[in-house]
Amino acid sequence: MEAALTPPDRVTRKKGAGIFLSPAVIILLIWSLIPLVLTLWYSFQNYNLVDPTLKGFAGVSNYVYLLTDPDFLYSLLNTVLLVLGVLVVSVGGGVLLAVLYDQEFWGRGIARVLVISPFFVMPTVSALLWKNLMLHPIYGVYSAFMRAVGLQPIDWLAQYPMQTVMMIVAWEWLPFAVLILLTAVQSLDHEQKEAARMDGAGPIARFRYIILPHLSRAITVVVMIETIYLLTVFAEISVTTSGGPGVASTNLAFLIFSRALQQFDIGGASAGGVVAIVIANIIAAFLVRAVARNLEA
Amino acid sequence: MAKVELRDIRKTYNAEEIIKGVSLDIENEEFVVFVGPSGCGKSTLLRMIAGLEEISGGDLMIDGARVNDLEPAKRGLAMVFQSYALYPHMNVYRNMEFGLKLAGMPEAERRQKITDVARTLQLDAYLKHKPGQLSGGQRQRVAIGRAIVRNPKVFLFDEPLSNLDAALRGQMRVELATLHRRLKATTIYVTHDQVEAMTMADKIVVLQKGVVEQVGSPLELYHHPRNLFVARFIGSPPMNFLPVTTRSIDPEGVTVARDRGESLLVPVLPGETASAEALTLGVRPEHIVIDPEGDVHGTIRMVERLGALTLLHVTLADDTLLIVQTDGDHGGEIDRPIRLRLQADNCHLFDARGIALTKLTRHRLAR
Repeated sequence: MEAALTPPDRVTRKKGAGIFLSPAVIILLIWSLIPLVLTLWYSFQNYNLVDPTLKGFAGVSNYVYLLTDPDFLYSLLNTVLLVLGVLVVSVGGGVLLAVLYDQEFWGRGIARVLVISPFFVMPTVSALLWKNLMLHPIYGVYSAFMRAVGLQPIDWLAQYPMQTVMMIVAWEWLPFAVLILLTAVQSLDHEQKEAARMDGAGPIARFRYIILPHLSRAITVVVMIETIYLLTVFAEISVTTSGGPGVASTNLAFLIFSRALQQFDIGGASAGGVVAIVIANIIAAFLVRAVARNLEA
Repeated sequence: MAKVELRDIRKTYNAEEIIKGVSLDIENEEFVVFVGPSGCGKSTLLRMIAGLEEISGGDLMIDGARVNDLEPAKRGLAMVFQSYALYPHMNVYRNMEFGLKLAGMPEAERRQKITDVARTLQLDAYLKHKPGQLSGGQRQRVAIGRAIVRNPKVFLFDEPLSNLDAALRGQMRVELATLHRRLKATTIYVTHDQVEAMTMADKIVVLQKGVVEQVGSPLELYHHPRNLFVARFIGSPPMNFLPVTTRSIDPEGVTVARDRGESLLVPVLPGETASAEALTLGVRPEHIVIDPEGDVHGTIRMVERLGALTLLHVTLADDTLLIVQTDGDHGGEIDRPIRLRLQADNCHLFDARGIALTKLTRHRLAR
């Protein structure tokens, strides 16, 4: 079958294709390889923009300095917390909302558009909305509500910076999870749900034994895609807390930014970048394996 | 096992009545088939019995108790779905176990039951397989097994064979009939395929637009259809219909004739039929005989050779189409003239409202 479909002049075609494909391939290679090589190169250099006299090969000192820095460990922990926290909220909430929005109710079409809409707001804008419009201790909507019932509003971004960033990012990613999971819920054969009803399964048993297993693939996809983006959350932190107070809401991406463009330590920032690449690849390897196994079944 | 009674069951969807008052008694151990064209409400009626659709009016009784408001699982029924509706992430064993587990049956008892049922359905080798690894026929068996293990009072089947190919359908039909004889469970079976209905049913219920047209044994429906709809629906190839007018009414039956001559004495009770009234004459393809002396003249338009049988499509002078069934060796050729004779004893007469005139003699197999 396969042989029959392959044209006879396959070899010659391949040669020609190679020539015509080469510009794209070369540009892509330059695009991805040069930054990588340069980052690696800088990470072994003494290179600080505020001190041009500092020059030359640094050995592994940039790495030693980074890895022994308590801020690094803290930012790593924050990265993990942010990823896990947002995943739990968006996948958990996403599953519940998807099941809810699968039901018939009045105004479902409008409700669906509303639940998806946060996804279309760009991160900087939604971070600003939350910071100034909703959570601002003096003129935020939330604070007004709190005062209206006679309570002292909490200054969320100052007191619980990481949790607040997490909440904002989760608010942005929940629609994505709902979108994917809702389509998955709707693809469930309704006769299966009816068969489960005939088998005596109540709503909870149906959710636990029929709907959740059916959603497992979609959940894996959501986890994978969200993880890729959540490892590099930057805009929300930059707009709301600038990583502070102190480093309380600094994640790896923001740490690298701050090393490079606030402290102008290109060498140290590059070392951070290389570490981030290594971590991202380790996580990607695990994720891809888990996803591949789940998608096979 | 159980007796199911439907008392003026009604279903309304968006102010439109889908089921218009169905009353029916389904006896213990009976195999009842609901049959009808698509959209006749047969599946809705089954789903109402199952408890998957709410009943808008009337009473549904199982063993004398009203079950309208009971949850599906509490009615003691089991259903086999058209798509099988197996749980794809569970293996065959877990699929059959699911209902038992939810009912709180102890593990050892569950295992015993499932192994027994799997053995009778020849599924023992596949207990660890997921539904995706099974063939259509095996999935069908798992779906039946899942119904049997729960030991229900009534089995419900919703077009269970329509996803199988013709050969497998024939085989499953025999298996289902055998299974029913062994389990002796009351069974309600929905199909649009009148062959399934004829071969398996103790009692056929013909439905059209939410109304029961006729209830009876397969041969009763075949030989004594109550109206035009049933006559047209039961039997394949379908019954032929000819417009006729009454010539005379005698104790031996009603004599009718087509426009140009050829009168025929059909042994039916005249009822309210008057002379010179327009009636419809119904005759099945196997009750038309090719006869060189026959008084019906026609032309062969098409020949369908089924091997054992040959079907001739014959048009008469007035362009009425008749399908004639003859033996497989008949050498009919297209565009040849042919003369036919209708077997008067096997003809049916329908009045202007489409209601059949009662025959003078019952067919010996139609109880």
